[in-house]
Amino acid sequence: MSAHAGGYSADPRIRWIESLPWIVAIAAFFALPEYLSLGARILIYILYALSLDLIVGYAGIITLGHSAYFGLGAYVAGILAAKAGVGDPMVQLAAAAAAGALLGIGTGAIILRTKALTLLMLTLAITSVLLEIANKATALTGGADGLSGVVVAPIFGLFRFDIFGKTAYLYCLLALLLGWWLVRKMIYSPFGTSLTGVRENSLRMHAIGAPVYWRLVLVYTLSATIAGVAGGLITQTNQFVGLNVFSFESAGELLVMLILGGVGRIYGAFVGPVVYLIAQDLLAKQFPEYWYFGIGTMLVLVVMFARGGILGILDSILVKLRRRP
Amino acid sequence: MEAFFASLVSVAFHGAALGMILYVISVGLSVTMGLMGFANLAHGVFAMAGGYVLTTTISRFGVPFPLALALAFVSVAAASVVLERLLYSRLYTASDLEQVLFTIGLIFIAVAVARFIYGTLQQPVVLPDYLKGQFALLGRDFPAYRVFIIAFSAVMVGLLWFGVERTRWGAMVRATVDNRAMAQSVGIDTRRLFTLTFALGSGLAGLGGGLGAEIIAIQPTYPFENLVYFLVVVAVGGLGSLRGPFVAALLIGIADTACKYWLPQYGAFPIYVATIAILLWRPAGLFGRRA
Repeated sequence: MSAHAGGYSADPRIRWIESLPWIVAIAAFFALPEYLSLGARILIYILYALSLDLIVGYAGIITLGHSAYFGLGAYVAGILAAKAGVGDPMVQLAAAAAAGALLGIGTGAIILRTKALTLLMLTLAITSVLLEIANKATALTGGADGLSGVVVAPIFGLFRFDIFGKTAYLYCLLALLLGWWLVRKMIYSPFGTSLTGVRENSLRMHAIGAPVYWRLVLVYTLSATIAGVAGGLITQTNQFVGLNVFSFESAGELLVMLILGGVGRIYGAFVGPVVYLIAQDLLAKQFPEYWYFGIGTMLVLVVMFARGGILGILDSILVKLRRRP
Repeated sequence: MEAFFASLVSVAFHGAALGMILYVISVGLSVTMGLMGFANLAHGVFAMAGGYVLTTTISRFGVPFPLALALAFVSVAAASVVLERLLYSRLYTASDLEQVLFTIGLIFIAVAVARFIYGTLQQPVVLPDYLKGQFALLGRDFPAYRVFIIAFSAVMVGLLWFGVERTRWGAMVRATVDNRAMAQSVGIDTRRLFTLTFALGSGLAGLGGGLGAEIIAIQPTYPFENLVYFLVVVAVGGLGSLRGPFVAALLIGIADTACKYWLPQYGAFPIYVATIAILLWRPAGLFGRRA
């Protein structure tokens, strides 16, 4: 296991290289002003992927239904803004987080009693239930047409969401910074170590008296909260919510991003969405058929040959370079 | 009252047809998971492939229906052997996450290939004349093709159960599901057994996809859209069992048809809620032995 993975033996201090994503993000803000809306989308997906990494990569909970929490956050923020007339972005975001947390603890407490196929099945079923609700409750959600007319007031009454997406970008960057700090803090704590323990050998964790079930429920709830925030952010930046936030494809895509970057190493969740979403922006519109073919092929290849994703490949190159004197 | 009774019979009949199709498609998944513990989410790909083989061979090459059905089984089984030897077999010892990701990758590829060859439109099924029209039974008319689906699937299920319960191959499969290490140590070649069983299960999925092409529309998103149904059958029925998924498939087929008939405003909502409730009550499924 590499030093990036964190945990009990790792040094919790922030290394200089960990400032790289933030430098790149700020440089992109000044250098690529015409791509800020894509940039904001990437930042949101990084936050979303980070929340998935927490449960898939660290706690070892395999889920196909993480979009339930993301989608709920998106709809809660959207319904508040479009139907309830609550324009304050902070209130919307707090509500999205609370909704994610409530659903996370409610469903987590139930489904984490099961494992393997049953767990996978339940995560899918929960997302499908939410999709059906969003599809049928047209008065609230707009159904298949989606929810438009989302109004977001200036942040703290000061910073207006401009058409160039500058405010949105910086706003998402701040949210990501906060999310990253929280996740990193958690992973390097004894709590994070116990999660890795559960992933590696839950029987032994039971044997040494760790409250495995409650640890899993806690991390699942935290992850759902972060996913809810990411969902709220996507509504605020797009000013629209559609049923696709709950789709199986979107949950699958998120997994692909995380795997592409590297699972269980925090920064995999940074690299994956950047590569995936930029590639999607360049290729998917011209070649939609080839795009999904490419995604599938890449997924198979990563599982077959490069289980650590892009960061895993970088790691092994670094190791080889260091060995060569 | 008579009208209600008629709709009751109709729902039970159409539900049974859907349930039979679901079972023929999903039974291979149950056995694969029970035998090797492999989470094959791409099982629906084989069903979709069978559907495409059937519709194409009939509409473009004029192959007679029974032969097209046999072709769907044979070609999908053959293709699955190649996939199993080349790709699946490398991942038997991999983690659940890797198996899940790999099979999702296969779904993405299959969806793209299907869309590339056939476009996004649903494939029409051309039925032979003897399967069109109605079939009179006890003073009621039933669509002949659905009657054929139920009867044909029942024969296949009978053959399969006989194979598993009464033949040497079946005994080996049951032994391996119960305890793989022990089966290996008494000399069962579990790798070959698995290739064979995998091919049979995939072939059955292809057959089910072809047979049910009129009920479950054949289109590129098939493996995604129906994944939940196949997984529900296996999870509710119980892994590695034959009877469990049968009961589960019939329950789901009838419940789904009943919901669409009487409660269309709720969509598939009641099915999912019922699935969640059943899995909470019995996490290993209705007939599962292991937790």
